[in-house]
Amino acid sequence: MALQLEQVTKRFGDFTAVDQLSLTVEEGMMYGFLGANGAGKTTTFRMILGLLTATEGSIAWNGQKISYATSPQIGYLPEERGLYPKMKVQEQLVFLGQLRGMNKSDAKNAALKWLERFEVPQNKNKKIEELSKGNQQKIQVIAALMHDPKLLILDEPFSGLDPVNVEMLKKAIIDFRNSGATILFSSHRMDHVEELCEQLSIIHHGQQLVSGKLRDVKRSFGKQNVRLRADFPLSDLDSIQGVETAHHSLDGAVFQVDNDEVANQLLQAALQKGPIRHFEIEEPSLQDIFIAKVGEEHA
Amino acid sequence: MREFWIIFKQSFLTKAKTKSFFITTLIMVAGIFLFANLPTLMNTVSKVMGDSEEDVVAVLDESGVLVDRLEAQLKQNNEAITIERSDETTAQLKQRVEDEKINAFIELNFDASNIIQATYTTGSLVDQYLSSTLADALQSIQTEINAEKLSLSGEQVATLFAPIQFDKQNVSASAKSEDELNSARVLVYVLMFVIYFAVIIYSSMIATEVATEKSSRVMEILISSVSPVKHMFAKVLGIGSLGIVQILLYGAAGLLAYKLSSVGEENDFSAFFSLENLEVSTLVYAVVFFLLGYFLYATLAALLGSLVSRTEDVQQMIMPMSLLVVAAFIIAATGLGNPEMGYLKIASFIPFFTPLVMFLRVGMLDLPLWEPLLSIAIMVVTISILGWFGAKVYRGGVLMYGPSRSLKDLKKAIQLGKE
Repeated sequence: MALQLEQVTKRFGDFTAVDQLSLTVEEGMMYGFLGANGAGKTTTFRMILGLLTATEGSIAWNGQKISYATSPQIGYLPEERGLYPKMKVQEQLVFLGQLRGMNKSDAKNAALKWLERFEVPQNKNKKIEELSKGNQQKIQVIAALMHDPKLLILDEPFSGLDPVNVEMLKKAIIDFRNSGATILFSSHRMDHVEELCEQLSIIHHGQQLVSGKLRDVKRSFGKQNVRLRADFPLSDLDSIQGVETAHHSLDGAVFQVDNDEVANQLLQAALQKGPIRHFEIEEPSLQDIFIAKVGEEHA
Repeated sequence: MREFWIIFKQSFLTKAKTKSFFITTLIMVAGIFLFANLPTLMNTVSKVMGDSEEDVVAVLDESGVLVDRLEAQLKQNNEAITIERSDETTAQLKQRVEDEKINAFIELNFDASNIIQATYTTGSLVDQYLSSTLADALQSIQTEINAEKLSLSGEQVATLFAPIQFDKQNVSASAKSEDELNSARVLVYVLMFVIYFAVIIYSSMIATEVATEKSSRVMEILISSVSPVKHMFAKVLGIGSLGIVQILLYGAAGLLAYKLSSVGEENDFSAFFSLENLEVSTLVYAVVFFLLGYFLYATLAALLGSLVSRTEDVQQMIMPMSLLVVAAFIIAATGLGNPEMGYLKIASFIPFFTPLVMFLRVGMLDLPLWEPLLSIAIMVVTISILGWFGAKVYRGGVLMYGPSRSLKDLKKAIQLGKE
């Protein structure tokens, strides 16, 4: 019971959009897909949905190929708004729900239930084009969720939402995962992925640079941040071997270090100089990893 | 099949429920009623506006005899023209014409060989009726004067101008008579217009619909639950049914208007549009050729619509297709006067022209049955090929975004469709 991509490659003529991509998303898991614009995220999603055929490799959902027969089990939120601008919200949701195999009354009930949950029931008879961008996005999310899919593919789900709505949506997605759905989502907001996903991939120009569990990814990155605060300048600690970079501020500094050993050396060196007020070893943020990995590629 | 009907219903209902659809239909129905009652309406308006006021023409008769004869002649012809004898100067009369006191004035005289010399002066030469009535009356007077000079009797003059008898007949028993042909011509012309407009309007509606779905990216959601091919044909059929409903409404309105306007006295409209000579087969052919024409062009339109990513580019993309329809109409229209011309026969078997040209021929001529049947078969085959080809393009086209606005993108779309 899982989504499995094995050595998937997609070429358009000479251009390789996705190169040798492998990933497995277990049932009830949330998988984050990180990449800059044009990295190949949407192409990968289109292949998973069966809109494009992979040039090489295989894609399977519960051991089966994904086809139109499995479409009622799949929910898809495209990156850009994909709704009829002139159709009314409720009609539109019922129509899209029916296309995913629901019957009319179920679709209507589900639409109303979700509109209620996202606190926009008053919009049910409005046309999409009359809604704000954030409210349109909510409708888009409902269209992806309303038929209770087992596999949910979300392409940039949080774009255009204010923080309150982002929280509301996150909660809905987490509930969904807890009820056993498999979720694959892409974002270039690292904090969202860090918060929600057990596993992730970073892809760049079709290449899978990093993949695996969030914790493993962070560990294998091999770098940690040491945050020190003291009343005296810390700039002479920069020269300690193993310190990669240092960012100094008024009351302290953040050092990026190779390993725990270096962190301890830093602490000792600082204590010899005087009393310190704060010491912390932080895991690297995804942001650091992303910039390091994608930056390497660029260089 | 389930998804097919959902999309079919959606494309039919959302269009049918729009205000613009409702209003256009209403305006067209009102237009049909207006047209059917045009003669009655025109009479009423003339009465109200007082257009039937008698024309006043001042006559400056230098011969001294012509004015009386002119008055008598006009009376005999039942013309509502008042003759006013005048001895004013031309300058004064001109002033009166300018002041709109009189409609015109005419100076009459004989030349050396005793032929009537008339000079007609009016404020505007737009009204040709008055001048030609006067000219006709004067011509008759001239004939009478000449006859008198030759001392011919009235009977002799009448024999001189007796019209000949000219009847037309057909050899074939099944061929259409003169009357039948005339009413067929009117009917065929009207139906040709209906087919022409329906094909243009509904196929461009399809192209716009497809492009809208693409530009609003709802297409991506649609084709992740329905295959693009199913989507395309559901769309074509949905809009097609909408067209049929709309045309049926117009037809019903037309029939009702015809029935209402032909109650009571016979007017120009009912005489012109006599449905008595209507052949059922003509109507059946009209329906068949409308449907075939629609499917042919709608499939083409869906294909073209799938290539553009912005609705603004639709018109440009379907331009070549629209030109084909216009060409078909022009070819058919030139054949109305003589539907037996050779190029019409050839054109009627070219699928893109068949709906209009073959319909014209089959409506006006007595063709052997195999001709329309063959053209229908050719069309069905073409539609199938186009449907198959369209589906290939459509599959890729709907996923293609970017500045695509030329037919070069066809190849790209097919390529993408295969992937």
